[in-house]
Amino acid sequence: MKKKVLTVDDSRTIRNMLLVTLNNAGFETIQAEDGVEGLEVLEECNPDVIVTDINMPRLDGFGFIEGVRRNEKYRAIPILVLTTESDAEKKNRARQAGATGWIVKPFDPTKLVDAIERVTA
Amino acid sequence: MDMNEIREIFFQECEEQLAELETGLLKLNDGDRDPETVNAVFRAVHSIKGGAGAFALDDLVAFAHVFETTLDCVRSGKLEPSQDVLKVMLKSADVLADLTNAARDGGTVDESRSRALVKELEALANGEQPAAHAAPEPVAAKPAVAAAPAPTDSSGFQPIPFSFDDFGGEEEEVLMVAPTYTVTFKPRAELFSKGNEAALLLRDLSRIGEMSIHCHTGDVPTLDRMDPEGSYLSWTISIKTEKGEEGIRSVFEFAEWDCELDIKLAEEAEADDERPMIPVPFDLSLLEDEPAIGDEPHVGMHVEPVVAAAVAAAETATGVMQAAAAASARAEKKEAPAASAAAQANAANAANAAGQTIRVDLDRVDRLINLVGELVINQAMLSQSVIENDNNGTSSINMGLEELQQLTREIQDSVMAIRAQPVKPVFQRMARTVREIADITGKSVRLITEGENTEVDKTVIDKLAEPLTHMIRNAVDHGLEMPEKRIAAGKNPEGTVRLTAKHRSGRIVIELTDDGAGINREKVRQKAIDNDLITADANLSDEEIDNLIFHAGFSTADKVSDLSGRGVGMDVVKRSIQALGGRISIQSKPGQGSTFSMSLPLTLAVLDGMVVTVAGQTLVVPLTAIVETLQPEAAAIHSFGATQRLISIRNSFCPLVDVGRILNFRAQQANPVEGVALLVESEGGGQRALMVDAIQGQRQVVIKSLEANYMHVPGIAAATILGDGRVALILDVDAVVGASRGQSLRQEMSLAS
Repeated sequence: MKKKVLTVDDSRTIRNMLLVTLNNAGFETIQAEDGVEGLEVLEECNPDVIVTDINMPRLDGFGFIEGVRRNEKYRAIPILVLTTESDAEKKNRARQAGATGWIVKPFDPTKLVDAIERVTA
Repeated sequence: MDMNEIREIFFQECEEQLAELETGLLKLNDGDRDPETVNAVFRAVHSIKGGAGAFALDDLVAFAHVFETTLDCVRSGKLEPSQDVLKVMLKSADVLADLTNAARDGGTVDESRSRALVKELEALANGEQPAAHAAPEPVAAKPAVAAAPAPTDSSGFQPIPFSFDDFGGEEEEVLMVAPTYTVTFKPRAELFSKGNEAALLLRDLSRIGEMSIHCHTGDVPTLDRMDPEGSYLSWTISIKTEKGEEGIRSVFEFAEWDCELDIKLAEEAEADDERPMIPVPFDLSLLEDEPAIGDEPHVGMHVEPVVAAAVAAAETATGVMQAAAAASARAEKKEAPAASAAAQANAANAANAAGQTIRVDLDRVDRLINLVGELVINQAMLSQSVIENDNNGTSSINMGLEELQQLTREIQDSVMAIRAQPVKPVFQRMARTVREIADITGKSVRLITEGENTEVDKTVIDKLAEPLTHMIRNAVDHGLEMPEKRIAAGKNPEGTVRLTAKHRSGRIVIELTDDGAGINREKVRQKAIDNDLITADANLSDEEIDNLIFHAGFSTADKVSDLSGRGVGMDVVKRSIQALGGRISIQSKPGQGSTFSMSLPLTLAVLDGMVVTVAGQTLVVPLTAIVETLQPEAAAIHSFGATQRLISIRNSFCPLVDVGRILNFRAQQANPVEGVALLVESEGGGQRALMVDAIQGQRQVVIKSLEANYMHVPGIAAATILGDGRVALILDVDAVVGASRGQSLRQEMSLAS
């Protein structure tokens, strides 16, 4: 069975790169443009793992992760944070919000796929 | 989709982000302190940096990073976005745009400029906080994520040879003496609540070396005392790996905070470990095929009993947690529907606000516009033939036709609206122009733009940028005074240039106002006399003097400056505005400044024209060129030289141009008294009276390019199809007037593009 990945990122460039990378790696990919849309889509698509950006309009990554963790159905879903922030402070905030792991941009396709494999069965 | 396409998308996105960035910065400059504005600005730079990183555009990434760091200081409130700070930021936005362009099209960027800005940005970031913290780290810094183990195939676990930098070159040796580590791992409850999974971590660990595992179940309480979300299991793993402690830690990278992790080299571990450890062969490869542990409680069935115990124990934690989740879900259900309904409503609103847009190839829109043009013509032809053939005037047909006419007009308007775009991008470019000139001239200038969302056809927008840039340069360079002079005149040392756009009676009016010294009429007059444009004793009104600056080759700057010089004067501006079917006028008050107003058609696809007859041919004269029409009287016509004639209009003489003669429609000059004179204003501001035989009427016509369908015809700008199906040529007024001066008809800028 194909694993389903929900990606949340406001940048069209990154969205497309994620789509190509994940599809090539054999994942089913669903995309949202910001946290609000991410939460909306979440219910319908029932993903196995979420990859999200931090800096986004309307609802940022921290808020999005908190929203997912508040959702009784998805509070144990693995969430990977995809962001250029490599400093500890942001990583920590993401962790506090409930992120499972992180990938530092610019992401390398292999590393992205590895990270997803790591947090999913 | 391949990388090239994504790259293309990236650059499109960059343009959008750059526009967003500039808008935001200008808002901040105007005192907007909305955190969302700062966030939007930050995000724009952040997005560019993120995308640029993916394409290894190192220069762009490096600059964006420094910019971002400084913006982050503003965002976090460490740096007050004062005017001075914003000045640096706006310049940085310009450089960022340059770097983006350079990354896309090749070419280079003024390195000294970007380097100087990097220093300024760093200084700003450092100004308010300890240097160590703000010092921009090299952006391309190796991500903190250590190389994760490569995925194995589904056939099962296999150790993957992997070299770490530290071990570079020594791999062989290391492989032979792979040390054994003892890892104790005790997850805390938080580990599970963040979506991490003990079984998966153990699986990953098994991939970096040969290991045996022992699960400690001693802490598991009896069921009645068990917290379903608690964590009671811990593991001791003995692993033989060449990856070292670092490699082991990297497996637990995501989980390190939420567990107790202890890694020791086996020798030490054995020394202080008194508890006998039973090595358990551990093979988690079976997990590979299972989508989710929690959903598959029978997973243990296929595994050796001992392993099953370990895995099942890990599962218990997950399973129990999910059971608890379900329980708490029920409790929360009451509030949930209300909350989710509200969330949905919000989301829907937000989605509407964000605007539903699609991207369409311009060619497709053009094709549609062409077709609609055909439709309009066809409808007109149909009406005409119905009227001609149906003398009784059956009212139902006429009514149907009228409705058809209305519909086609509406379709035409709607289609034109598709191409309409706000002038915003052009106005934004002007902001940059102003900054650059202000910098070079040492003047302090504030650009205020209004009506940026006024829409006009894309072709008009594209052609607007050049004349506008030139006018802005003029306004700052010639219009505004130096700060000292302004202070002396009791004005704000900072000059203001105001750029506004608005719709007025089916046209777009763009005004450029400066609060400078106004036109120096004495100087202009003197210059015009020096250049033989007027005689020394000419009696000119203020307005006429002002309009002299539109004359070819006129420049009041004593020395041709670096900026507004460049060999083009206001005459070129006027000509390009006219080529767009527009008019330009000027109002100036000494000491208070000048206003240039341009009135442009909303589209270049249709034209308001006067349909005239010349030697049996039907021609269309663009209405914008015509000042007035008159019926010449014999007494007003004067011969001049061999063939030239003049017409006297209100005590001034104006050369008479026989259009039929110029276009070679007839061999002899027509008798002016039998025709109509169209007074036109031409390139250079001079007036000419164009002689035509008769005026048929005014009408909006759809412009059809002659060049695209046939070839360029001197004196003709384009063609159109009239209601009766006949082709009518649209007159190129400037070319005809030029020809009357003895110049031969030459290639001129045509109306249709």
